[in-house]
Amino acid sequence: MHRDDSYDAGESLAAAFSAIPSLSSLSVGPDLVAVFRVGNLVWVFTGMESGALLEIVNVSRHFDAFVALDKVSLHIEAGEFFTLLGPSGCGKTTLLRLLAGFDQPDGGDILLDGKSMIAVHPEHRPLHTIFQNYALFPHMTVAQNIAFPLRMAGVAKEDIRTRVAEALEDVRLPDKGGQYPDALSGGQKQRIAIARALVNRPRLLLLDEPLSALDAKLREQMQIELIDLQKDIGITFVYVTHDQGEALALSHRIAVMDHGRIMQVDEPSRLYGYPGSRFVADFIGKCNLLDGRVSEQQGSRVTVELDGLGSVHVCGQEARFGAGSRCALTLRPEKIRISPVSAIPEASTTPGPLADPSPLRSLAEESRFTGYVHDMLYLGDVTVYNVTLANGVLLETLLANSASGRTNFFEIGDQVEVAWSCDAGHLVLD
Amino acid sequence: MMSRKNLLLALSAALVYLFLYLPLVIVVVFSFNDSRLNAEWVGFTWKWYGKLLENQEMLTAAMNSLIIASVSAGIATILGTLAGIAMHQYRLRLLQILVLAPIAMPEILMGVSLLVLFIMVNMTLGLISIMLAHITFCIGFVALAVQARISSLDPALIEAARDLGATPWQCFREITLPLLMPGILAGALMAFTLSIDDFVITFFTAGVGSSTLPLQIYSMVKIAVTPEVNAVSTLLMLVTLVVITVASRLSPAIFRGE
Repeated sequence: MHRDDSYDAGESLAAAFSAIPSLSSLSVGPDLVAVFRVGNLVWVFTGMESGALLEIVNVSRHFDAFVALDKVSLHIEAGEFFTLLGPSGCGKTTLLRLLAGFDQPDGGDILLDGKSMIAVHPEHRPLHTIFQNYALFPHMTVAQNIAFPLRMAGVAKEDIRTRVAEALEDVRLPDKGGQYPDALSGGQKQRIAIARALVNRPRLLLLDEPLSALDAKLREQMQIELIDLQKDIGITFVYVTHDQGEALALSHRIAVMDHGRIMQVDEPSRLYGYPGSRFVADFIGKCNLLDGRVSEQQGSRVTVELDGLGSVHVCGQEARFGAGSRCALTLRPEKIRISPVSAIPEASTTPGPLADPSPLRSLAEESRFTGYVHDMLYLGDVTVYNVTLANGVLLETLLANSASGRTNFFEIGDQVEVAWSCDAGHLVLD
Repeated sequence: MMSRKNLLLALSAALVYLFLYLPLVIVVVFSFNDSRLNAEWVGFTWKWYGKLLENQEMLTAAMNSLIIASVSAGIATILGTLAGIAMHQYRLRLLQILVLAPIAMPEILMGVSLLVLFIMVNMTLGLISIMLAHITFCIGFVALAVQARISSLDPALIEAARDLGATPWQCFREITLPLLMPGILAGALMAFTLSIDDFVITFFTAGVGSSTLPLQIYSMVKIAVTPEVNAVSTLLMLVTLVVITVASRLSPAIFRGE
């Protein structure tokens, strides 16, 4: 199943489901139908019909007392660029090693195309790994490196020669075949490692922080190449990284991991806009967390009493929040508007409760607070202003330096107003 | 411009080297001396080397030494390589001690105990018993050289080979063995030099008619240090030097004690 195909199929289904509001953004059990909706992009996963390419079922791995993986379950679809993201020690590399077959789980199962991989040796699994340091064989030439998997698979000599030449052509290094890996630059080694891993068309490619050894500029270039490559060949990628920026840029879906558990699996934009927990909010991008208590919920609209600040409305909340439960409002810096205090139009400071929270109305509804500029960071394209609120919490805000000639709109100590629309934030329960 | 401190350092270094190599230099120099006595320089000659070639006992001993060194080095290299890989793979302290102990063991102890063993099992002392003895003390050195090499290898290379479709055996033959080769060769050459100039253990495990070069030299020296002894010692030194140089090129790590 190619992503573009599913998109088309999804659109017609989107029309069907949009008539049933309760289904348009709901997952109905992992084995039946799961519909994820973001804007007008709709993902429909029918577990029974297509069957995930890779199913990880309750996989655990312990190293003595240390729990590296704690009953991890994941479904990865064919053609997906799937990323395992988390801080070091979260278990992402352990999981990748289990998938490759370098290590055995203590419990659970790993199914590829519906067949258990647990008892299958690494050499018999239809998947290849890109290692962090590329692991090119130093005693073989580039061509011999690429030929290695073909030779192991018993491909005829003449076929090997043509396919190696094609592979070198594909990674745009046609004249490097005779060189030894030591003579290559980091980016070239990377491309050769990819060529070697893809030359016999595996079902799945595992990538273990493949860009971490490259410098920032080259890394960005390689990211684009990886996206293009994955799109062209349509092979499923399972990518491990601790770099959330890289994960957001590359992936179709991301599983955020921490302490051996999956914290959230979602598309990059969902993960960024609708983090499911404090950990995810904090780990993915920059995020302000304002502590508070739920007062009441009317449909998707929740009223929250922020500690030391007062009541705010939060719209577009899918989950049910019990009144009185502790929560945190997650607010991305770029969604907060910062302006001089004098600019407040007095009339709209206290928006009344709305009977019908339509998207247009809710956009206009804003929460406003005043504070003082605590410190600022000029970054060129934007300036970061950290604003101290009445409750002493520091709120990080961004201001684009788009106006010509102006850089610093505010000085340290200035009184400012910060505001965000009611659909800017997202609530997470403690 | 050399500071006082550096000058002192250079001087002491020179003295140490003099202390180490002066005796060897004397042996080499007098092997070319046209006189039966190691007393004063008379003139240059190759004749002592010529005489060596006519000395049948010496030639037999040299041949014995070469055979013993080649066979023991060969077998010790195979066993030592396997031991080195096992030491790296299983990381058992006991295994390490068992493999490496013969290196530290006093040679006289090894010699005596091997002699006792051979007599107990009624083995005729000769080339075979010497080879067995040499294999015993060479395994440790080869294992050390191989282990030094293997621990400098990226373990991801082995995993990558398996991942790309190689069975454990293919992986060993295609990846592990070629990458370990410098260490294995260095170990083999070390074993060869250790075997060819061993005296103590050979002395205990040799029988009648299985004299090696060091034993032959010893028996000649008992009478007098003749220029022929100087000549054969020089040749032995030359062989050892060449082999050690090659070995250090192949595996710098073990000679730097890494």
